Amino acid sequence: MKKRVVAVLLAAVTAAGLLAGCGGNGGSGEGGGSETTEEGKVINIYSWNDEFRTRLEAVYPEVESTSDDGTVTTLKDGTEIHWIINPNQDGVYQQKLDEALLAQADAAPDDKVDIFLSETDYVFKYTDADADVAMPLEDLGIDPETDLADQYEFTKTTASDQNGVQRGSTWQCCPGLLVYRRDIAKDVFGTDDPTAVGEKVKDWDTLKTTAGELKAKGYYTFASYADTFRLYGNSIDEPWVATGDTVIKVNQKIMDWINDSKEWLDEGYFDKTVKGQWNDDWNKAMSSSSKVFAFLLPAWGIDFTLNPNWDGGDGAWAVTNPPQEYNWGGSYIHACTGTDNPEHVKDIILSLTADKDNLMKISKDYLDFTNTVSGMQEAAQSDEFASDFLGGQNPYEYFAPVAENIEIAPLSSYDQGCVELIQNAFSDYFQGKVDYDRAKSNFETAIKERYPDITEIQWPE
Amino acid sequence: MKKKRKSISYAKWGYIFILPFFICFFIFSLIPLVDTIRYSFYEYYRSGIKEIGPTFIGLENYISLLDSDMLKYAGNTLILWVIGFIPQIVIALLLANWFTDIRLKIHGKQFFKVVIYLPNLIMASAFAMLFFAMFSTNGPINSILMSLGWTSEPIDFLGSVLGTRSLVGLMNFLMWFGNTTIMLMAAIMGISQDIFEACELDGCTSVKRFFYITLPLIRPILAYTLITSIIGGLQMFDVPQILTNGQGNPDRTSMTLIMFLNSHLKSRNYGMAGALSVYLFIVSAILCFFVYRMTNGTDDNGAKAAKRRAKAEKRGR
Amino acid sequence: MKSSKPKHVQSILAHVVLIVLSFMCLFFFYILIVNATRSHADLQKGFSAIPGNYFLENLKNVANDGSFPMFRGIINSLIVSTCSAALCTYFSSLTAYGLYAYDFKVKKVAFTFIMAILVMPTQVTAMGFLRLITNMGMYDSLLPLIIPSIASPAVFYFMYSYLQSSLPLSLVEAARIDGSGEFMTFNRIVLPIMKPAIAVQAIFSFVGSWNNYFVPALVIQSKDKMTVPILIATLRGADYMNFDMGKIYMMITVAIVPIIIVYLLLSKYIIAGVTLGGVKE
Repeated sequence: MKKRVVAVLLAAVTAAGLLAGCGGNGGSGEGGGSETTEEGKVINIYSWNDEFRTRLEAVYPEVESTSDDGTVTTLKDGTEIHWIINPNQDGVYQQKLDEALLAQADAAPDDKVDIFLSETDYVFKYTDADADVAMPLEDLGIDPETDLADQYEFTKTTASDQNGVQRGSTWQCCPGLLVYRRDIAKDVFGTDDPTAVGEKVKDWDTLKTTAGELKAKGYYTFASYADTFRLYGNSIDEPWVATGDTVIKVNQKIMDWINDSKEWLDEGYFDKTVKGQWNDDWNKAMSSSSKVFAFLLPAWGIDFTLNPNWDGGDGAWAVTNPPQEYNWGGSYIHACTGTDNPEHVKDIILSLTADKDNLMKISKDYLDFTNTVSGMQEAAQSDEFASDFLGGQNPYEYFAPVAENIEIAPLSSYDQGCVELIQNAFSDYFQGKVDYDRAKSNFETAIKERYPDITEIQWPE
Repeated sequence: MKKKRKSISYAKWGYIFILPFFICFFIFSLIPLVDTIRYSFYEYYRSGIKEIGPTFIGLENYISLLDSDMLKYAGNTLILWVIGFIPQIVIALLLANWFTDIRLKIHGKQFFKVVIYLPNLIMASAFAMLFFAMFSTNGPINSILMSLGWTSEPIDFLGSVLGTRSLVGLMNFLMWFGNTTIMLMAAIMGISQDIFEACELDGCTSVKRFFYITLPLIRPILAYTLITSIIGGLQMFDVPQILTNGQGNPDRTSMTLIMFLNSHLKSRNYGMAGALSVYLFIVSAILCFFVYRMTNGTDDNGAKAAKRRAKAEKRGR
Repeated sequence: MKSSKPKHVQSILAHVVLIVLSFMCLFFFYILIVNATRSHADLQKGFSAIPGNYFLENLKNVANDGSFPMFRGIINSLIVSTCSAALCTYFSSLTAYGLYAYDFKVKKVAFTFIMAILVMPTQVTAMGFLRLITNMGMYDSLLPLIIPSIASPAVFYFMYSYLQSSLPLSLVEAARIDGSGEFMTFNRIVLPIMKPAIAVQAIFSFVGSWNNYFVPALVIQSKDKMTVPILIATLRGADYMNFDMGKIYMMITVAIVPIIIVYLLLSKYIIAGVTLGGVKE
């Protein structure tokens, strides 16, 4: 009985799909019906939260409805998107995704992964040409040169493999700024004008002098050494691990971060009680009782982290240029090799990452800094994008130039572990718990545990 | 006829009764265990999404583990366990004895029993998270200490070896002392009241009664507590993992063996994780062997010692 | 009469110790509950001993969050924990009784074997377990969280010790003479005697499986089958989309309240059971 019901349902769905398909073809007047390979009825999308789903629902015109529990989205042609969401923490997301990718070849068409998302920290693991799990966009029929011409160049580089073939695309772009407390700026510098403050923090040397001034008045420049890491980490000139190699080369920039952080912490430019980010101490450093002058945050950081942690009124914070351009975050959309829905996947990628109107809508509704150069330049000029939280300041004015100047560091598939573990290992050193050599060897131990194939770690000098 | 069947076929019932346990064990534990052991002889891990191996490499995994800091982590595990276990067993014995002493009037006994068991109910991971938030440098504990004037600067609990280890110990103590108390109480109450009554008539003090009657009689349960606690200690994971974010900071001094295993599992190093599992298995087997010897051994020794003491006492009189 | 004075001192000491310990236990729960009643912005201002008025708001946030089906999770956890506790205590008692009351060839071997596997850390077999479950088609179902609890060596050992101390074999003999079948004897005579031990172990295994995170996280894939610890873990991560501390404290609160209720109900039974249970020698 049950089986029969299922069969009837399947038939109905198939019929609906066929009809919709025909309708679509007739409408666009395309004669290419002969070469259509049968599209599957289920699009499986792997992600770590519902961010992508909300963006898709907001702008993808084919969306019909989403089930109440948010696990199934039905498109107008009857195709169902199944959302497979696993948390990022402890590598759960990557673990489950990896399992699915390894089983991809043997999976039934409707169980195959069609789209998966990745973050900047581990995007390279999936765009790796040898692994070949993310399809080159050109194979989907997307030409990055023309179709994605308005995207920021560095996002395209990030989503490309070692041969320069683009294998993913993103709707967001995460240039970071320096966000500072206006009251502290007034107290120390006598002004809270973003241009004047920007002058005070324009590069590391100037910033260090400024840090001294802040310190004299009893303020910390930043909360912790973890806050500055991305600026250094983004500017390395060689990847952590060269392609095909098993040796980690610690870049000079990283050593600079270590030396500067130690110096800054000892000088009292950081708040000693804050260790790393994403913990309660860090959250508290963003509250009104804190003595921390500034944070280095991208657009999402201001809206989802700083704003909820701030317990005062609007207009207390302002943004200005960071001492060095950097990028923090970004979710990349990949078409999975072996997908049975290439047409839908192509359509979704184009609609969400290359359609300027859609991107502007996302920027307006979700405060994402989106991946459209011309659009973001317009936003920088437009009063519509002024932020109440920043006291009417339009942050896009500062974001847009940063985004254009970001040069993405060369990536490797080991980045996530290297970035996480070097901060952990040297945290003890900064706090004075272990000496320099001990911190080095702790990093070596930890990284070899994480990546069993690493054979050697080379330090500069 | 009935009689005849009985005398022959009781053994059959023994087999039937233990069958479900063994079938279940063989399917859900033994097969996976064999799998694990097999992979411990292979080089088998993931690099990115590429699978390396399995290639047979003999004992190489075992050798390279000995070269690593494994022994240091074993030491950490032992220290963390001892810090929690000693106060736990002492307090639990004391409380169980008080609770079961009919002559000792404890008001609100029921309330206390319910309360001390409470921490055992909360998820270890959630509990560790709560501690992490409370003992952070800007957290509630520091703000309370400072407002009481006990300290002028916030104490960096999690930044020092002693602080971190003590917190782990404190958490394990809080989570388990109530549990152990209830367990020991059940054991003490299982002792026949006649014995206590006889003891009472002989004019035993409560201290004597505790050491000469209660303690020896609950030895099986004590052994059980010790063994389960050792196994629990060996498996210590949730609390230090979350408290130190999986790093065993500072300087890896609170990294336990299972955290070490977890980091291999996380990196999908099946070979190394397998070898470490085998080591863990051997260590726990040895530990248990000693505990058995100890508890069974003292059975005789204890009895002998008691006799000797009794004699000596007689002589002294 | 003579001993009344030291008893008095001891009684005071006992109360002091108990009050201090209770304070330590309750203090953390108190902080948890208080924090669950405050909004994230309040929590940012630092700790306060007075509860806020954000309790309902936080509860609403937890209940209405579709991506964390908390109440569905509680139901799943209840199913898993109840079944596990029942299977685990019944079959452990059965096994313990089988090895205690009967004489058969492999008895010694079987006992030693169980004692040997008692020490096996569960994490050791995790990877193999996952592969096996997948091959058996039980991946992403609640069954693999329940069935393996039939073989719980630690519970077995407790039951065995208990039988040793409180079940005289003469009782079994007497039942046989009365013509009771072996299963009947176990269910009607042995189980009631073991009630206190079963109650204690039922609580322990219920709590154990309620709080278990390691195995469910490996086995469960879909949202509607997730148990509470998985949901808690999902929420606690360093993800900027969900870090409202008030909500997190509330979720922890919601996660532990059902188990506290179950415990309060069973604890009365345990204390009564301990005093009544067993046969006096």
